Amino acid sequence: MKTKRAMILVSNDPESIRLGANEVVQHLNEALASYDLQDEVDVSTISDVGYSNILPLVIVYPDTVVYGPVKASDARYLVEEHLYKGRVVNDLLAPPKALTGPIGFLRGHKGYNPAEQRVVLERAGRIDPESIEEFISANGYEALGKALSELTPEGVIEIIEKSGLQGRGGAGFPTGRKWRFVRGAKGEKKYVVCNADESEPGTFKDRLVLEGDPHLIIEAMVIAGYAIGADEGYIYIRGEYGLAYQHLETAIAQAKEYGFLGDNIFGTDFCFNIHVHAGAGAYVCGEETALIESIEGKRGEPRSRPPYPTTNGLWDKPTLVNNVETLANIPPILRNGADWYKSLGTPSSPGTKVYTIMGNVNFRGVIEVPMGITLREVINIYAKGMKPGSILKLAQTGGSSGSIIPADLQDTPMDFESFRKAGVSLGSGALLICDQHTCIVDLVKVLLQFFRFESCGKCTPCRVGAQRIYEITKRLTQGQGEIADLDIALDLISEMERTSNCGLGQTAGTAFRGMMTHFREEVEAHILNRVCPTGVCSMDPETAQSDYIFITQEK
Amino acid sequence: MPSIKSLEDLKRIREEALEKRKVKTAEGSIQVTVAMGTCGIAAGARDTMKAILDHIESNNVSGVIVTQTGCVGKCDYEPIVAVTMGEEPKVMYGRITPERAHKIMQEHVAAGKVLTDWVIPA
Repeated sequence: MKTKRAMILVSNDPESIRLGANEVVQHLNEALASYDLQDEVDVSTISDVGYSNILPLVIVYPDTVVYGPVKASDARYLVEEHLYKGRVVNDLLAPPKALTGPIGFLRGHKGYNPAEQRVVLERAGRIDPESIEEFISANGYEALGKALSELTPEGVIEIIEKSGLQGRGGAGFPTGRKWRFVRGAKGEKKYVVCNADESEPGTFKDRLVLEGDPHLIIEAMVIAGYAIGADEGYIYIRGEYGLAYQHLETAIAQAKEYGFLGDNIFGTDFCFNIHVHAGAGAYVCGEETALIESIEGKRGEPRSRPPYPTTNGLWDKPTLVNNVETLANIPPILRNGADWYKSLGTPSSPGTKVYTIMGNVNFRGVIEVPMGITLREVINIYAKGMKPGSILKLAQTGGSSGSIIPADLQDTPMDFESFRKAGVSLGSGALLICDQHTCIVDLVKVLLQFFRFESCGKCTPCRVGAQRIYEITKRLTQGQGEIADLDIALDLISEMERTSNCGLGQTAGTAFRGMMTHFREEVEAHILNRVCPTGVCSMDPETAQSDYIFITQEK
Repeated sequence: MPSIKSLEDLKRIREEALEKRKVKTAEGSIQVTVAMGTCGIAAGARDTMKAILDHIESNNVSGVIVTQTGCVGKCDYEPIVAVTMGEEPKVMYGRITPERAHKIMQEHVAAGKVLTDWVIPA
C-alpha cells in the first residue's frame, strides 16, 4: 500500500448529502487527478462531525484544517491551493465555533476588535499613567472608597470569595480563600505583596497594567490590606521594568498626596503604605517564597514549605502574595459586584484572562478575553489567523513552564478546569503559536536551556535534573540520541516533579513530557532515522551550538 | 493639597477632572496621544514624540495637547499615535515613524484629513 501524505474527509450525513456532499467528493477526486495527486491524497467520508450550520464540511489532515460550507465549485480551488501549493484557503475556512463566553464591545470607535472584554486592561493605553486625575475620572479609587466606608473587611472578603476569582499567576488558587487564610492567621503585623516579577519568558501582560495603569495596583493593594488587616505592602517588580518602576513611584507619591496612601485613608483610622522593590533578573524570584527572601535582602532561593507565606511569610509574618493581574481584578469586582464578575467567563473560572500572543500569527500583542475561549478562536479572531503559509502545529501556554498544546487540542476551552481535565495547564497567559516549521525537539531544547540556566541550585533534583534532561535533548538534536534516553529523561522528570523544592524544578520537564505525549513520532525520527523532519536540527555533533550563550555588548 | 476624606470628596474630584476635559473638548482642542510603553519606546516612540513636538514648535501650532499613555496591547503596531479632534471619535494610527508623524500633523491635525492608510485595522 502506498503511503498517503494527506487525507481529505468530507461529511456525508443526510443533511450534507442534501447540500451536495457527493458532488464535492466527485469534484475533489477529479481535481486531485488533474494535479496528479490521486496517489498521495486520500478522499474519504465521515458522518456526525458535530457541526450543523456549515455543511458540507471538508477536513484536511494532517493539518486538521476545517473548511465549510464547501460547494462543488470550490473543490478545484481547494485542491490547487491547499494540497498542491500547500496554502490554507482562508475564504473557505469554517467559522470558529461560537464564542463560549459572553461578548463585550470595547468602548471607542469601530476600529477596535470586537469580542474583547477589558476588565483588567480597562484603562491601560487609554489614560495618562502619570496623571492621578485621569485615573480618578475613570472611576479610579471608587472601589477603595466603597470598601473603606461601606464594607467591613469581612464583607470585602465575602465579595471576593463570591466572585470566584482565581489567582492569575498560573496556579489558579481561589483568591478569596487565600485572603481568608491570611486574615485568620495569628499576628499583629501582616503584609501584602504584589508579585510583579513577570519573568516567565513571553509574558508581558502585567507590564501593561504596571506601566499604563499603576494606580489600579495601588488601589487593589490598599483594599487587600484593609481586608486582611495589613498596614504595609511591597511591590516586587521585575528589574527590567524600568518604566513601570518609575510610573509606580510617581503613582505612589500622587496617591500619598491625595490621601489614598498613608494615615487615615478616606477619613477612617486605616493606614497603609507601599514600597517598591526591584528584582535583579532571576527567574526563580517569581516563586513566592524566593520573592519574599529577595525582599528580605537574602539570596533568592525558595523556602521549604510548609509553613506557607499565609502564616509565615515576609519577616516571618503572615503575608498575602498576589499576582498583578489578580489584584487588578479586585477594584472592578468591588465596584460592580460579584454577580457581574460571575457573568463573565465560565461557571468554574469566572472573569477574563489577559493573554500575550506571539509566534507565527498575523497579530502579536496583548488581548483580554473572557475565560473559556478556545485556542482556535484566539488564533483565528484575535491573532487574525496564522501567517500566510503557516499551519498550526502546536501552541505553548504559560511561558517556559507551560504546557505544549498540540493542534488537535485547539478546541479546548481555555479555563482552569477544562485545561486541567485535558492534562495541560493555562499558566500565566503567554501563548506561543508555532507553525509546521517548528521542530518540537529544538523548541524543548531551548526551554530546557533556560531552566538549566535559571535553576537556583538549592535543591539537587532541579539543579542536576534540568542539566541532564537538557543534555539528553541536545543529543537528540545532534543525531546522537538513543531510545533508552527517552525513558531515562521521563524518569528524571517524574523524580523532579516529586522532589523539587519549588515550581521551577516541578515544571522544568513539562514541555519535554508534552513533547513525548503528543509528538513521539517526531522525536523517534530524530533517533531511529537520524533525521529532523522539519530540518531545523543540525543532526551533527560537530556543528552543534556551544553550551553557553553569552550575550556580549558591542561598544 | 486635595486630601480625600470621603466618597463625596472623590466624586467631586472626578467631576472636576471630567469638567476640565469637557471644556477642552468644547473648545475644539486637539489631543495627540503617543503610546509610550516599553514596547512603544523600543519601536521608536520617543523619536515619534520628538517629531510631533518639533513640528508643533517649528510651525507655531496652537490648540494641540500632546500626552502620553501606556501600551494598549497592540504591540505589533507600535509606535501608536492617537488623534482626537474635538468631539470626533479617536483615530488610532499604527507604526508611526517621525516622517509619518509629520504627515499626520500636517494633514490630520492641521487640515482634518484622516490618513486611512495608517489607521490600525479592526
